[in-house]
Amino acid sequence: MAIMNSTAPSAEQILGPTPGQILRRKIFGHRGIVIGGGIFLVIVLMALLAPLLAPYDPYHQDLINRMAPPVWQERGSWEHILGTDQVGRDYLSRLIYGARISLLIGIMAALISGIIGTVMGVAAGYFGGKVDLVVTFLITCRLSLPVILVSLAVVAIVGGSLEMVILVLGLLLWDRYAVVMRASTQQIRSLDYVAAAQAAGCSTWYILAREVLPNVMNQLIVVATLEFAHAVLLEAALSFLGLGVQPPLPSWGLMISEGRNYILFDPWLIAIPGTALFLLLLAVNLLGDGVRDVTVPENRA
Amino acid sequence: MTTTLSVENLRVSIPLAAGVLHAVRGISFEVARGETLCLVGESGCGKSLTSLALMNLLPSRAKREADRIALNGTDLLKLGERGMAKVRGSSMAMIFQEPMTSLNPAYTIGNQLEEGIRLHKGVSAKEARERAVYLLEKVGITAASSRLGQYPHQLSGGLRQRVMIAMALMCGPELLICDEPTTALDVTIQAQILHLIKDLQREFDMAVILITHDLGVVARVADRVAVMYAGEIIESGDVGEIFSRPTHPYTQSLMNCIPVPGKTAHGERLGTIPGIVPSMIGEMTGCAFANRCGYARDICLEPLVTRELVPNHAVRCVRAEEVAAINAGETLRAGSPA
Amino acid sequence: MTTTPILEARDLFCTFQVRQGMFQPKRPLHAVNGVSLSIEKGGVLGLVGESGCGKSTVARMLLGLQEPTSGTLAIDGQPLEEIGRKDLAKRVQPIFQDPYSSLNPRKTIGSIIGLPLYVHQIGHASERRRKVEDIMDLCGLPKRAYDMYPSQLSGGQRQRVAIARALVMRPEIVICDEPTSALDVSVQAQILNLLLDLRRELGLTYVLISHNLAVVELIASKVSVMYLGRIVEEAEGQDFFRDPRHPYSQALLASVLTPEAGLGVPDAQLGSAFPNPIDPPPGCTFHPRCAHAGDACRTIRPAPIRDGRGLVECHLFDESVTV
Repeated sequence: MAIMNSTAPSAEQILGPTPGQILRRKIFGHRGIVIGGGIFLVIVLMALLAPLLAPYDPYHQDLINRMAPPVWQERGSWEHILGTDQVGRDYLSRLIYGARISLLIGIMAALISGIIGTVMGVAAGYFGGKVDLVVTFLITCRLSLPVILVSLAVVAIVGGSLEMVILVLGLLLWDRYAVVMRASTQQIRSLDYVAAAQAAGCSTWYILAREVLPNVMNQLIVVATLEFAHAVLLEAALSFLGLGVQPPLPSWGLMISEGRNYILFDPWLIAIPGTALFLLLLAVNLLGDGVRDVTVPENRA
Repeated sequence: MTTTLSVENLRVSIPLAAGVLHAVRGISFEVARGETLCLVGESGCGKSLTSLALMNLLPSRAKREADRIALNGTDLLKLGERGMAKVRGSSMAMIFQEPMTSLNPAYTIGNQLEEGIRLHKGVSAKEARERAVYLLEKVGITAASSRLGQYPHQLSGGLRQRVMIAMALMCGPELLICDEPTTALDVTIQAQILHLIKDLQREFDMAVILITHDLGVVARVADRVAVMYAGEIIESGDVGEIFSRPTHPYTQSLMNCIPVPGKTAHGERLGTIPGIVPSMIGEMTGCAFANRCGYARDICLEPLVTRELVPNHAVRCVRAEEVAAINAGETLRAGSPA
Repeated sequence: MTTTPILEARDLFCTFQVRQGMFQPKRPLHAVNGVSLSIEKGGVLGLVGESGCGKSTVARMLLGLQEPTSGTLAIDGQPLEEIGRKDLAKRVQPIFQDPYSSLNPRKTIGSIIGLPLYVHQIGHASERRRKVEDIMDLCGLPKRAYDMYPSQLSGGQRQRVAIARALVMRPEIVICDEPTSALDVSVQAQILNLLLDLRRELGLTYVLISHNLAVVELIASKVSVMYLGRIVEEAEGQDFFRDPRHPYSQALLASVLTPEAGLGVPDAQLGSAFPNPIDPPPGCTFHPRCAHAGDACRTIRPAPIRDGRGLVECHLFDESVTV
């Protein structure tokens, strides 16, 4: 019973690709995402397939073959492509297993802090008023704590371990999430589709989950990549200071730390895990930038 | 009347992934001193890009071509970016739709008013200040000298638009381009701002190009009208002529679309234009409106030119005479010609 | 008439506490300052006024999105608080101004329009889909749009989606907040036609908030003019446009630019200063801009005068006050 057929837009008049198509085209057209994503994928695969890829047991010590140089150096051999460390463990195997530690810490810390920060930020942005006041106060408190000092102190008191590092970083890195989520939620909340959902009788939970969250997701991903990089870096720093992941676990930060005594004569001991760390952080940052570029919602056609 | 601005065959194209978008496709017009030309059309017709092209403020990837753009005899096409920067703000000025985004929130009104004239004319701080106060009073702002120290956010929308106008007039431009100057304002304020623009135009003897989608504004303000559709001027002429004898089918349909107090009966259905604007990517031959036009015939797909039917009334429609005859045959029709 | 109005608001107040500077104390802003409205079933109430006059706050209260500070709202004689949020949603629905911000860009058209059905758990998924497609058809949207996203539609099509969403539950009252002011003229005509047709077809009651008086004249059967949180004039549509009484209404009508060449821009004789709603002028709040203002207007607040033609709040029509 369509009234006014003459003015109704016909099907052919609806043009334009779907948001999914646009997103796909944008992702593959974005150099940062392609490069960053490529490197990140390689590192993730390396971590997942570590038992298959690693030529040796990363914990196996071979004291006869200590400090074997990598293959491109004069005395290097193909037996240990990246050489061995000061107790004769295969450096390539340790590097591959180390990727697991770094990724695990980065992802877990970003996840824990992400949940805390998002809940606080979205609540503050959506409800405003007293909730906002409390959250803003908590953010201010958190921002006045120096992360590295606090985590050093906690780890020094409780003792360092992988779980401890994840927990400490997870509980400390939520500030940026909260700030960004609060601002973006405030902006979304003022839009008419939220009012329309309220007027349709939707519950607050429904509105938060289905109307607000999907529209702040892109910012969330961007912050998550930044915090992931931040956590990986902090882990490296803590491990370097001997307060993070404990030996003999093969963390990249720990590898740098263990190699620091040999920096003058065998700089590759630091250069190799250092490069790996640099590549991971570069990849994640490129990805984050790219995600921000391509996920700006296509609202106005 | 002396011609202030003359534009011949202005084209603006934007390269896109899908092809070249010809947003403005060869338009020509003139504005004389003391005259108001209204560019009217719906969104996407190229009217705003036209104004930006005149100011050479197009987005960087858009390309501007023209046979001639002359302001008081100076060929703007030959001026470099530095030359244009001199012309902008001094001999031609522009007012935008949203005054809040075109005023810098970090500077006081006084700062922003005085900056341009000191830059362009090299006058002293005192003279600049005097001129600012003089113009703020001219645009109807009370306590002008105390307003100079205020920031844009302290003013209401109508006041901000007045400040924008004062700012545009600081260097005494010969041409004022207003891009939807009243769209964001309330009706009462709209009337006041339009009044102001007209008064100032008379007083400073400026040429004004006013860009709008509101036929009410056009009817009341324009001396001459150019109706734009899909990047072309499809009908132009004196305002009285256009409103009493709209000839292009698009102009006619557009006028049937708006409720007119006193003419449209209560609850009466309005005329509509079926279909949508054709894609402006790639070359287009024939009439751009043909796919939506109730009078379209095969001949409308042939290349066409803009013709002057009577002096001061040009139409880009091959069937203009026939359409006029059909209209004359019908008595007051209601609804669209479709 | 003895029929109960379908929508009735009595003495609505809405006060916000606002801070003007970071360390300034909060001050009350009376956004809505004693508004009474009523509309018969099938009527169209046009609510007009400048931006900042409180008309959007009234709309939010009618939708149950904003709690009035005091006053009562009733639908069919039943107070709003008795109805409850979910049942209210079935009876009153909004259409917003900006079709770009009123549709969630991450959802498909089908799920946007079907949202009210989903929330109220009406029917199965297939039934819901049928209902959504019916209403899409009624609003002139092709079936193909069901799985599309808002970014694929034009402004006019988006506004059709917003209308479809409002009507999918078959509400009795639709609050249209500037439904066409963000649209092009040719699209505006299509949407206005659609609203007119739907009203006839579905027997809807509209509250039309608009500053475009030509649109209000076309659709509204009754007009209320708001100024600074109060209704200063109320009359039947025809009467109002033939002979507005309040000086503000007259100025509003005089400011309308009809497309008639050669008439020039009207001068409504209104001062430029819209008063600060935090610091409303004493007496009649309109007096600083009023051409007829006298001494009484500067000191005594006018009382609403009800007569056969409706309501007007102005000393000029009060025999007991000499201006």
